[in-house]
Amino acid sequence: MKKLTITFMFLIATFNLFAQNNSVEMADVLRSNGKIYVVVAVILIILIGLLIYLFAIDKRLKMLEKKSKGKN
Amino acid sequence: MKKNWWKILGTILVLYSTIAGLILGVPHLDILNETIRNLYFHVPMWFSMVTLFSISVFYSIKSLNSRSEIDDLKAVESVNAGIVFGVLGLVTGAVWAKYTWGQFWSFDPKQNFAAISILLYFAYIVLRNAVDEEQKRAKISAIYNIFAFPMMVVLLFVLPRLQSSLHPGNGGNPGFNSYDLDSRMRMVFYPACLGWIIIGYWIYTIRFRTRILENKQL
Repeated sequence: MKKLTITFMFLIATFNLFAQNNSVEMADVLRSNGKIYVVVAVILIILIGLLIYLFAIDKRLKMLEKKSKGKN
Repeated sequence: MKKNWWKILGTILVLYSTIAGLILGVPHLDILNETIRNLYFHVPMWFSMVTLFSISVFYSIKSLNSRSEIDDLKAVESVNAGIVFGVLGLVTGAVWAKYTWGQFWSFDPKQNFAAISILLYFAYIVLRNAVDEEQKRAKISAIYNIFAFPMMVVLLFVLPRLQSSLHPGNGGNPGFNSYDLDSRMRMVFYPACLGWIIIGYWIYTIRFRTRILENKQL
């Protein structure tokens, strides 16, 4: 029984440590009401758009390269 | 499609690191708070820049040996792409500094030296445009580039460490090791770096191929 009590006491002490760590303010509100996903979605749309654009430029360039090869 | 696998890999890595970087857990740190996530976006810019400048100096040395115009063009275009990433790194760093150090530009050694190293490469572009004769231009700019590269490395990675700086990894401050030790962050940080380096390399190849086409038309 004594051992168990001591174990529990140590456990509670570690909980305290974790609680201290959590006192740093993070974007908990945004995350709790799910609005962080709006931000993620917007950034993703922009990024995917730009990357598709990059692929399109690459494709167009390839076509031009093919054409100029035929000429020379 | 088979040839393009690395472009798709870069795309996937960047998209993954953006999603994971915004959603996955990060250590709770004072002052930094959520801005610790900038590590996934600000630092890869610098890594891409350094990679592109390394490619450039490689082709500069090669062009001195081979005297080929293609090597010279590769050196220029990778600097051109690298400068874009460097400027993005400076601007994102300034924004991050505003909310953690208090000012956009606090004349921190790291900021100053980073700006100077970008200016070194602006000078490279200006120097190239100042010389009309092609052979001479290739030679002079290649030699300048070989000097500029170690200076950039010293300015970014050596000198800031010798002074007190607010930037992590400098002047007695711990490196990103203190955050990086967190294995959750590593899982995002390394893919982010690799992804952005690939995207940077891709942009450089597009610039280079465009330049070759332009030269053919003339």
